[in-house]
Amino acid sequence: MNHPASAIAPCWSCKGPVASRALFCSVCGAVQGPGVVDHYTRLGLPRSFDIDQDALERQYLGLQRRVHPDRFASKSPREKALSQAQATALNDAHDTLKDPLRRAAYLLGLLGSPVDLTACGTINDRALLMEQMEMREALAEAETRERVAQLAMEAESAMIACQCGISAAFNANDLDQAGHLAIRLKYLSRLAEEARAKKTRITRTP
Amino acid sequence: MLLQLHEPGESPAPHEQDRGLAVGIDLGTTNSVVALAQGGVVEVLRDDDGQALIPSVVQYDEDGSVIVGREARRMILEKPEQVVSSVKRLMGRGIEDLKSLAGTLPFRLDSAAEGGMVRLRVAGRTLTPVEVSADILRALRARAEAAQGKEVDRAVITVPAYFDDAARTATKDAARLAGLEVLRLVNEPTAAALAYGLDHGAEGLYAVYDLGGGTFDLSILRMEKGVFQVRATGGDAALGGDDIDHAVAEHFLAERAATRGDVTLTEGEVMQALAAARVAKECLSTQREGDWMIEVGGIATRHTLSRETLDALAAPWLDRTVAICRQVIEDAGIDVADIQGVVLVGGSTRMPLVRSSVKALFGRDPLADINPDEVVAVGAALQAEALTAGSDTLLLDVTPLSLGIETMGGIVEKLIPRNTPIPVAMAQEFTTYQDGQTAMTIHVVQGEREMVDQNRSLARFVLRGIPPMAAGAARIRVTFTVDADGLLTVTASEGSTGIEQQVAVKPSYGLTEDEMATMLRDSLEHAREDMDNRLLAETVVEARRSVLAVQAALGVDSDLLSADERKGIDAAIAEVERTIALSDRDAVTAAMDALEAATKIFAERRMDRGIRQALAGVAIDSLDDAIGG
Repeated sequence: MNHPASAIAPCWSCKGPVASRALFCSVCGAVQGPGVVDHYTRLGLPRSFDIDQDALERQYLGLQRRVHPDRFASKSPREKALSQAQATALNDAHDTLKDPLRRAAYLLGLLGSPVDLTACGTINDRALLMEQMEMREALAEAETRERVAQLAMEAESAMIACQCGISAAFNANDLDQAGHLAIRLKYLSRLAEEARAKKTRITRTP
Repeated sequence: MLLQLHEPGESPAPHEQDRGLAVGIDLGTTNSVVALAQGGVVEVLRDDDGQALIPSVVQYDEDGSVIVGREARRMILEKPEQVVSSVKRLMGRGIEDLKSLAGTLPFRLDSAAEGGMVRLRVAGRTLTPVEVSADILRALRARAEAAQGKEVDRAVITVPAYFDDAARTATKDAARLAGLEVLRLVNEPTAAALAYGLDHGAEGLYAVYDLGGGTFDLSILRMEKGVFQVRATGGDAALGGDDIDHAVAEHFLAERAATRGDVTLTEGEVMQALAAARVAKECLSTQREGDWMIEVGGIATRHTLSRETLDALAAPWLDRTVAICRQVIEDAGIDVADIQGVVLVGGSTRMPLVRSSVKALFGRDPLADINPDEVVAVGAALQAEALTAGSDTLLLDVTPLSLGIETMGGIVEKLIPRNTPIPVAMAQEFTTYQDGQTAMTIHVVQGEREMVDQNRSLARFVLRGIPPMAAGAARIRVTFTVDADGLLTVTASEGSTGIEQQVAVKPSYGLTEDEMATMLRDSLEHAREDMDNRLLAETVVEARRSVLAVQAALGVDSDLLSADERKGIDAAIAEVERTIALSDRDAVTAAMDALEAATKIFAERRMDRGIRQALAGVAIDSLDDAIGG
């Protein structure tokens, strides 16, 4: 945890002490800028890969209700800017934690074992390479809507299985395995996306 | 402890009793509407004949007078050279954008104007679309002021969800010229969802199909009590009922040419054919067939049109809307079956073919019980009340188009993908590619295509003052921020030296600050006095907030002060309050500075105590208003 003294900062409005993670000053009520805290802390959720989606939505909407710029439309420019910064930080935290792939990558970073999901192109893992080549080939060859839908479904089930694997790896504190599976999840989600797009294309031109 | 968070510092601006309610404005391609909400009840403002729609048509007479609405529309046939209509289609557009549309638009463009926003030649004057829109907004504002008997200076204005940054900026600039502060630009489909109160119904997914005169939008929203969360949006900023009018007019003219041969039409004749086409289209929403007249070279011809023929003429346009709907549904990551309801918005959705197409696509009857011409203004008025009087409603919108920058070889690198919830910020690091390079050009584009020239160029700006270093050594961090209105700003900083610069991104097709300043000066309504009043109001709000903040701090920590110190602070507060009563901005500012100085020691002691308590292990939660909630 942070050193206690660094967890407080002066409120810009009444100049008194306020917790870095607070949205509003407890004394004067002024909205604060977004503190430098991780996404889990910002949304008041436990730091884990296993996330309760309902709790995530509830926390996100509950916090947005209080800091969204719509609440500050007739306030001073400074308060407008701070509320926009808060809402932006919340959107960033929510978008990151909502998506299993981005959540896995983010959590690996927090735990000191970053995985680079942007460096694409090369697959070092032979088994993963073979699997992806086969799945892609099947999608390229699929001609009917039913076949494409089936492949999309398969890709999506593989994604769910992969997420379970990531969860188990985090719980066993096996960060290498979690990173490895995160890369697999990335390829699977891209495939699922392409299958969906192909399904829409086929539907559009009967 | 949970304090009251929304109200402190909230204070009436001077002359508040003379200030009217903030209004909701639907600034449409064909028609505009203004509405007013009070206590959740909306009144759509009408003229003496009960008409809510003000045609978005402006006549610039030789004598310098400006006429907006029905009367101006009547002059389209008589004095086409003085009349501007459908100007919304030109908002934020450059002349290059319009080349593909040349000949189909009822505008005389000033071809001499190079770069920047397109300019119109009207009755010997040169006008930007922003100025024409400002004239429409002035008419709407006047209607709202007449209805309230008070000055109206704040509004929520709706824009098509698919409007890009340049068009949004142009809309905001037009409001500024008309003397209106834009509380928020709200997307039209979101406003319609608000008007329907969809959040009161069952939780779930809804689609809003909005086909106006010149724009088409589809938005998918997730609803739950008080929350309107846009999941995906898409559309075409140049597809609307106008296109169907053109198709019908061309059909009439082709019929005529088949028997009488080709002739060159005058501007007035084209306008008249379009007007006939529009009437035919509107009549065929209720009747199956009819006859319409067009006149060319003084000779009138009669043309029969059936609903079947109209449907065939309109079909290509409606097919495009259906394709866009499918794409948006896919973007939202859902299936059609997941959608619980569809709302129709925009006058063009009165066409039976639109209703049957929408029904076929979504597999259910669309909701259309609120007048589709007024529903957007109703939603805008509700949001205007929510923003000024407070509300629990939350509108969470998204970016309609991806934002990216040009990289090597004219390829776009997407920084903020479409359908990202706003407000959003994204940072990207760049470096120099030459030794000693001190400047770099950044080209921002908006759109979904891979190559720069297939997207819309938003802005091009030069980052200067990079310290000379070896190639690749500089670390230039550029941050793109999209605010709750969907408007982009860019900031840049150099990592190794900490040099920071704010880059004002004015859209390539926007107005420059100088042009805006000149127009504001020229606009009599917006006299200097108004500006001074606004600045004073802002300063007073800020001063009241400071006083309340100090008083709140005294409430918890006054034991840190000696009697004399306390007296000094109380005197400084009294001085701020005295100057507020004088309405003297400079005096208020000076008194605020004095208050700040008088409370400096107090603030330091409060921080010291906070840190000591934190070190002593007192729960920081006592300094926190509890996360969540």
